[in-house]
Amino acid sequence: MTRVPGAPIVLRTTAVRKSFGDLEVLQGIDLAIAAHEVVCLIGSSGSGKSTFLRCCNLLERIDSGTIELFGHDLAHERIDENQVRRHIGMVFQSFNLFPHLSVLDNVTLGPRRVLGEERRGAERRALELLARIGLADKAAEYPDRLSGGQQQRVAIVRSLAMEPRLLLLDEITSALDPELVSEVLELVGELAHQGMTMLIATHEMGFAREVADSVCFLEGGSIVESGPPERIFEDPTEPATRRFLQRIIAAGRL
Amino acid sequence: MVGQAPRDATGGEATSSVTGDPPISLYSSHRPRLRGRAGASASAISTVVVVGAIALVLSSKSAGPFRNGFLDLHQMWLALVGDPSKGIVSVGKGFFLNVWLSLLCEGLVLVLALGVATLRLTRGPVLLPFRGLAIAYTDFARGVPVILVMLWIGFGVPSLNLGSVSSQSPVVYAGFVLVFSYTAYVSEVYRAGILSVPQAQVQAARSLGLSSRTTLRRVVLPQAVRNVLPALLNDFASLQKDTAIVSTLGVAEAVHSAQIAGGVEFNYSGFTMASILFLLVTIPLTRYTDHVMARDRTRRLANAAT
Ligand SMILES: Nc1ncnc2c1ncn2[C@@H]1O[C@H](COP(=O)(O)OP(=O)(O)O)[C@@H](O)[C@H]1O
Ligand SMILES: [Mg+2]
Repeated sequence: MTRVPGAPIVLRTTAVRKSFGDLEVLQGIDLAIAAHEVVCLIGSSGSGKSTFLRCCNLLERIDSGTIELFGHDLAHERIDENQVRRHIGMVFQSFNLFPHLSVLDNVTLGPRRVLGEERRGAERRALELLARIGLADKAAEYPDRLSGGQQQRVAIVRSLAMEPRLLLLDEITSALDPELVSEVLELVGELAHQGMTMLIATHEMGFAREVADSVCFLEGGSIVESGPPERIFEDPTEPATRRFLQRIIAAGRL
Repeated sequence: MVGQAPRDATGGEATSSVTGDPPISLYSSHRPRLRGRAGASASAISTVVVVGAIALVLSSKSAGPFRNGFLDLHQMWLALVGDPSKGIVSVGKGFFLNVWLSLLCEGLVLVLALGVATLRLTRGPVLLPFRGLAIAYTDFARGVPVILVMLWIGFGVPSLNLGSVSSQSPVVYAGFVLVFSYTAYVSEVYRAGILSVPQAQVQAARSLGLSSRTTLRRVVLPQAVRNVLPALLNDFASLQKDTAIVSTLGVAEAVHSAQIAGGVEFNYSGFTMASILFLLVTIPLTRYTDHVMARDRTRRLANAAT
């Protein structure tokens, strides 16, 4: 949760650029996350947060710049994207649980098919994880029988079952009814407390302020301002950051 | 007005004198639909009337030739079991061939079509010519009448004198042609099913580190097949019926056997018998398909509601 001195850099991006056609969505992103650190990306919709997260686990290819995971350049020709992804968990705004699989099978799919675990062991571990979020009794249910908040917590557990070294969370509460947001954020808060390294795109400013070690404000595909949450939220230096935060305050979200 | 019948069906007295809005009508001018016991006895009566009318027409004197030519029970039985002394082959035994041929072909079609569908959906430059071939094949096989291919292969290949390729039993050519044609249709059904699975599902799977193969097998295909199950069942029912085209090659399946019986006895009740046999298979199959579709619709509605 707090920066551990001398902790290794998990993810480092340097001058990352990405275009879709004529639109340059990322215009040189520099960012470093040390182990056990939580970095929040804030910025209006369309500023490039999702694209940046998707570049980090190779769902999108970058045009230039470098992304390193534990010092390994992900653009190296012998990099196996599946090996990269097994160490990086990703949770999406729309949960994306597998509707044809039970909750338990959703959680064990990765460990069994990627890590090669036996069914029994994978299921025991999955049940332990589900018990930690109070959903062990839903193990046999299908996702469509769960509330949005429960589905999103299962999606988080599905990522955790792979024992990732880095977790990417992309606006994971934006699709939830307001009363379900807190159960998901509490779980993420716990993970932060336990030292999970996380890169989080979010519109929940109160939450970012609480869990982040550092906050990056994105606009137009560039990091306009970054720093500890207290400084970004209380004393932003850039006019663009001020304008954004004023809009957020006006919308009652801070 | 609560609990009271409106004085007239137009609800004309509901004019709001305060706002001066025009009157609105909330009542049907038709008689209310019969429900419950009244409804049940109404449908019983209409059923009796319709069934009675059909029976009357069939038993009338002028329907005699039709009865004798198409519905002769003795002839139907004769066709069903066959009579070697008269040269009549059994429609029942012939139908057995229709059944196992359709099952065997369906099994092959389901596997091969999956290959064609995934080939058409792959990217990557190496497979480009194969993708082209797959497209050409599906266009051809779906664009040409099955009976044409049946005659072409069934009579053409034996005439080529290609050794063992040209000396197979007609059933082999027939099976090949059915698999050839239906693989094209079913591959398109699979392809539609695969394309119906949201890209977000693929990304969630790949984000776990699953390879594209495993993602296809464990995440995409199960959802794809479920989405197109009614269409797959429909195609299976069509395949089951199209085994009749094998008769053009002189194979004694149900339809050809019925034709033989008709030729010997100058009575076509054998065709009625063959239809009954086909219906015994296809009706349960189409009912099951309807059931699957209804189940899917309720599931989708339930999902949309949450
Ligand atoms: N696959 C894509 N193709 C074309 N444009 C895209 C694609 N993905 C994102 N974009 C565009 O990139 C910009 C940044 O999008 P995104 O990264 O989703 O922003 P954010 O997550 O901050 O809302 C938007 O203008 C969006 O329309
Ligand atoms: Mg986004």
